[in-house]
Amino acid sequence: MTAFANRIDRLFADRSRKRFIPFITVGDPHLDATFQIAHALVEAGADLLELGIPYSDPLADGPTIQRASQRALANGVTIDDALELVASLRASGMQVPIVLFSYYNPVLQYGVERFFTALAEKGADGIVIPDLPVEENGPAVAAAQAHGVHVISLVAPTSESRIRTIGAQASGFLYCVSSLGVTGARASLREDLAQFLQRVKASTSAPTAVGFGISTPEQVRAVAQHTDGVIVGSAIVQEMERHLELLSDPEQMAQGVTKIKTFVQQLAGALQ
Amino acid sequence: MTVSQKETRTVPDEHGRFGPFGGKFVPETLMSALAELEQAFAEARRDPSFRAELGQLLREYAGRPTPLTYADKLTEALGGARIYLKREDLNHTGAHKLNNALGQGLLAKRMGKTSIIAETGAGQHGVASATVAAKLGLSCKVFMGEEDIKRQALNVFRMKLLGAEVIPAVSGSRTLKDATNEAIRYWVSHVDETFYVIGSVVGPHPYPYMVREFQKIIGEETRSQILEQVGRLPDEVIACVGGGSNAIGMFYPFLQDETVALRGVEAAGQGVDTDKHAATLSLGRPGVIHGAMTYLLQDQYGQVQEAHSISAGLDYPGVGPEHAYLKETGRVQYTSVTDREALEAVQLLCRTEGIIPALESAHAVAEAVKRAPQMGADQVLVICLSGRGDKDVATIQAALDDERRGGDAQ
Repeated sequence: MTAFANRIDRLFADRSRKRFIPFITVGDPHLDATFQIAHALVEAGADLLELGIPYSDPLADGPTIQRASQRALANGVTIDDALELVASLRASGMQVPIVLFSYYNPVLQYGVERFFTALAEKGADGIVIPDLPVEENGPAVAAAQAHGVHVISLVAPTSESRIRTIGAQASGFLYCVSSLGVTGARASLREDLAQFLQRVKASTSAPTAVGFGISTPEQVRAVAQHTDGVIVGSAIVQEMERHLELLSDPEQMAQGVTKIKTFVQQLAGALQ
Repeated sequence: MTVSQKETRTVPDEHGRFGPFGGKFVPETLMSALAELEQAFAEARRDPSFRAELGQLLREYAGRPTPLTYADKLTEALGGARIYLKREDLNHTGAHKLNNALGQGLLAKRMGKTSIIAETGAGQHGVASATVAAKLGLSCKVFMGEEDIKRQALNVFRMKLLGAEVIPAVSGSRTLKDATNEAIRYWVSHVDETFYVIGSVVGPHPYPYMVREFQKIIGEETRSQILEQVGRLPDEVIACVGGGSNAIGMFYPFLQDETVALRGVEAAGQGVDTDKHAATLSLGRPGVIHGAMTYLLQDQYGQVQEAHSISAGLDYPGVGPEHAYLKETGRVQYTSVTDREALEAVQLLCRTEGIIPALESAHAVAEAVKRAPQMGADQVLVICLSGRGDKDVATIQAALDDERRGGDAQ
């Protein structure tokens, strides 16, 4: 579909392996912790990183990721910090694809063209914008393509007749929302998830990744049967909240990072 | 710049755009629901039985048409234009909000939905939604910021009495913007069975358009009443703007009347030179909030800022996209008045006309206090009195006590 190939395309070129995609919020609880945890996530088996830019009004997010945004904003973390973090991860040798996650308004205020220029320059490979449906994403997609990065589209169980349009335009990978509602760990997944994912796969040549509500190794394994990648966010952020004191203290941060790594190893390990 | 007639009549376009404003900036999960709503509304508008049912409810239940009252004592006190008040305060439930809640409630029923949700700031839209739910046999949840629940205890009780569940929004600034976020989050999770009754001309398409269509009855009635009572169109029409539904409802039928000046009044809070105000159109910048491209109060990074106003209904950092459009085209002038000016206007209207206005509506009255003396005695000024002030008496009393104490100290 797109004329370029970046780290995301190279990752999914081999679709025989299932990919693990963890999400954390940039600056939660502070920028140095995000840097350390990002490396720990890759060591724990992450194939692609999704990093959230904190926002004051995250209306697609449940309480867990809202709190992560609030902690980061309380620290004064900005969109520039998120872009610089990507640059420093690349400078420290990180090779996996990196996708940022941002609501549209921060991108709009940064300047759409300027944002995608920076995204590519700093070494990111794509962006998820949860409040930018295909009807509105024209300017962002044009700028993204010019700079060789992907605007990752979302498709939901309610998309119905829209699945075809969204699937045809998918770039990088297609983010499949596993359930109705906002982000957040859930005890069980929809019974008709497999059916929905089959419909999505029939409508697109792009790889698929499933997110929203996936929180246990068992769920990771179950969902992986129907998709190329599995995204876990809130469950990891909740684990970080359990160790906030360690992560916030420079003396004890390494200990906290190790705990997150162990937790994520179990999730990523479910794909082995 | 003047808007040509054609330009004004064709907004929004099929994408829900008012010029560059409006649109649908929402999670994918809601896109099919918005399309379904758009189609259901288009069908309902064309259906004579829907129009008849709504018309009957507006007449026999809400009490419409509301009167247009000549404010002779206020006119005398200000010494200028003849002032008329469009009495939305006499609408059932005490504000214009019911016009829209009835329309959306009927539409919800028509679509086979069994439950409605609503967001509310001052509580007027929450009360209107709870009222409609009771009348039409729907269940109702109202999302309300924790701060506003404290400020508007009377309306919270009214909603509960009417059988609605009031859910406190505890995120962010705990006011209207956060109540709206929570309502949208709930809607995303329960989109199959729930109808979201948005209370103003905000949100994703088709809401700004649909709410305007349900509220334009205010301006239509006013236009024919002034022609009947005075024999000509007014020179100026003033309405307060938070999200802006009473203002759009009042202005829309006058947009083609080029001799009628239209003036929207935002809340300047403690002053537009402070950081405690809600003057979105005067001091905000275009961006995206609650699913629409419009003006909003935000910092340089696009983080939404908190609004401040003594009036909970104007305490909102966004504004309807059609207002953003009317500002840019220049057809409507937008100004702002402070908490203090609004409080003075409350007292003035009480003493001259025997009407306690809502704090929101008092902003429009305060602007008239500035405008009327600059106009001639042969000119006509209409104020949209969007709601009654019973809900605000505790707030007004506290503010006046505060002022008196402040005065003693000086």
